[in-house]
Amino acid sequence: MIPAAFDYVSPTSLDDALAALAEAGDDAKVLAGGQSLLPILRMRLNAPEKVVDLGRIEALRGIRDGGDHIAIGAMTPYSDVVTDALVQEHAGLLAKAVETVADPQIRHRGTVGGALVHADPAGDVGAPVLALDATMVVVGPGGERTVGAGEFFRDLFETAVGDGELLTEIRIPKHTGWGSAYEKFVRVSHQWSIVAVAATVRLEGGSIAEARVGLTNMGSTPLRASAVEQALVGKGLSDLESACAAAADGTNPPSDLNGDADYRRHLAAVLTRRAVQRAMGG
Amino acid sequence: MTRITVNVDGVSCTDEVEPRMLLVHYLREVVGKVGTVVGCDTSNCGACTVHLDGRSVKSCNVLAVQADGHDVTTIEGLSSNGELHPMQAAFHENHALQCGYCTPGMIMQAVDLVTENPNPSEEEIRVGLEGNLCRCTGYHNIVKAVAAAAGSMSSERTEAR
Ligand SMILES: Cc1cc2nc3c(=O)[nH]c(=O)nc-3n(C[C@H](O)[C@@H](O)[C@@H](O)COP(=O)(O)OP(=O)(O)OC[C@H]3O[C@@H](n4cnc5c(N)ncnc54)[C@H](O)[C@@H]3O)c2cc1C
Ligand code: FES
Ligand code: FES
Repeated sequence: MIPAAFDYVSPTSLDDALAALAEAGDDAKVLAGGQSLLPILRMRLNAPEKVVDLGRIEALRGIRDGGDHIAIGAMTPYSDVVTDALVQEHAGLLAKAVETVADPQIRHRGTVGGALVHADPAGDVGAPVLALDATMVVVGPGGERTVGAGEFFRDLFETAVGDGELLTEIRIPKHTGWGSAYEKFVRVSHQWSIVAVAATVRLEGGSIAEARVGLTNMGSTPLRASAVEQALVGKGLSDLESACAAAADGTNPPSDLNGDADYRRHLAAVLTRRAVQRAMGG
Repeated sequence: MTRITVNVDGVSCTDEVEPRMLLVHYLREVVGKVGTVVGCDTSNCGACTVHLDGRSVKSCNVLAVQADGHDVTTIEGLSSNGELHPMQAAFHENHALQCGYCTPGMIMQAVDLVTENPNPSEEEIRVGLEGNLCRCTGYHNIVKAVAAAAGSMSSERTEAR
C-alpha cells in the first residue's frame, strides 16, 4: 500500500521545522521515526498535504546528563535508549520497557518522542515515563514550555502537544540505585501489550522505601497506580500480594479480542506483584 | 519530485522520486534490487529488511527520501567477490529455507543480530528474529544456521587477528 501524495520538507533546525508547520497549518504532519505514521499513511487513515521530517535535526537526538535528571532528545531512537549507560544507571525502568517494543528493526527507527506523542494506550513507553515522573519539553510558536508526565497524556492518541508544536526533550529525574522491572503480558511474541506493568523501587534494608508503578493498556492513557505505591512502602518480598491487589482500582480497561476488562484487572494485580518482586531482585 | 542520492550496495544512485515512495519500492523498482521483497502490508513480516547505515530496518516502513544521503545494504550486497557471506552459506548448509521468501530479510536481520551480539544463545537468536516471519521452516533450521554463522564469523575474526 502506498500513501497519498504529499509535499515533503526535511528542515535541519528546530526553527525551520516550526516555521514549516506554521505555514502548513492543519494540513501538516510531523514525521519522526515513521514506525506509526508510515503505516497510518499507507493505510490512508490520514492524508496530510505536507510531511515535516525531523530526521535531519541533529539537536533533537542524543542523551545527556542534566545534573539531577537525564535529558533524552525526542528523536533518539529506541535502540540507543536501551543500550545507553546513563539510562541504564539512572532510569533502568525505561530501558527495560523500551527493550520490549516491537522488534529490533523497528527499535532502530522508532523514537521515544514519536512514541509519546503518538500516545497509543498499548504502547510501552508511556507507563515508565509516567512512573519515573518525567517532564516533557514542548516547543511551539509561542516558545518553550514544560509539561509533567501526569498532565501530558490527555486521551486515546491525544497529548498536551498541540498542532504546530513539537516535543523536543524528555527529562527523567535520576532514580539511581532503584531496582526496576517491566512485566509485559502477551500471548504470542511480537504482540502489543495486553496489559503491562512498569515498576521501580528503592530499597532500604530489604524493604521498600519508595515505589513507582505505571500501567500500560488499562485505560485510554497510561496510568499511575498511586494507591499501590503507598501500600508498598515498608513491605518486604514476602508481603507484596495484598499491597498489589488494588493495582486496578479506579481503572477503566478496554475489552477486546485479547481479553475483557475483568481479565485485564486481574492481570494488572498479578503483573504488578511480579514486576515489584523482580524490581526488588526476588 | 525530490532528488535523492543513496549509496546502495556500494554504488551511489541519484534519482528523482515522489516523497511518498517507500524505500522498498525505490530499491526494487528504481534501482532494480529485486532481491529485497515485500511480504506484508503491516510492517510485521520483516521480508523487506535491509541495512540503513549498517542497522537493520524494514524498508517498507521507511520513505526513500529518508534514505537520502545514507548507505543502504540489501541482500544483493552481502556477498563479496562471488563468495557467499558466512550467513548466506550457513543458511544454505543448514537447510534454513524452503520457499525462500522470508530468506533475504531473515539473513539481513541475522547479520545485524550477530554484529550486535557475536555469540548469541538460542534464546537470543529467537528474540532477535522476532520481527521476521517464516511460514515454512518452523524456524528451527534458521536458528541453527544463525548459530553456525555466528561461530564461523567469530573464528574468522580470530584468524584475522
Ligand atoms: C509491527 C509494529 C509493531 C509495534 N509494536 C509495538 C509495541 O510492541 N510496543 C510499542 O510501544 N509500540 C509498538 N509499535 C509502535 C512504535 O513503537 C511506534 O509507535 C513508535 O515507533 C512511534 O515513534 P516514531 O518515532 O516512529 O514516530 P512516528 O511514527 O514518526 O510519529 C508518530 C506520531 O507522533 C507525531 N510526532 C512524532 N514525533 C513528534 C515530535 N517530536 N513532536 C510532535 N509530534 C511528533 C507524528 O506526527 C505522528 O503523529 C509497533 C509498530 C509496528 C509497525
Ligand atoms: S514487507 Fe516490510 S515488514 Fe512485511
Ligand atoms: S522459507 Fe518460506 S517463508 Fe520462510
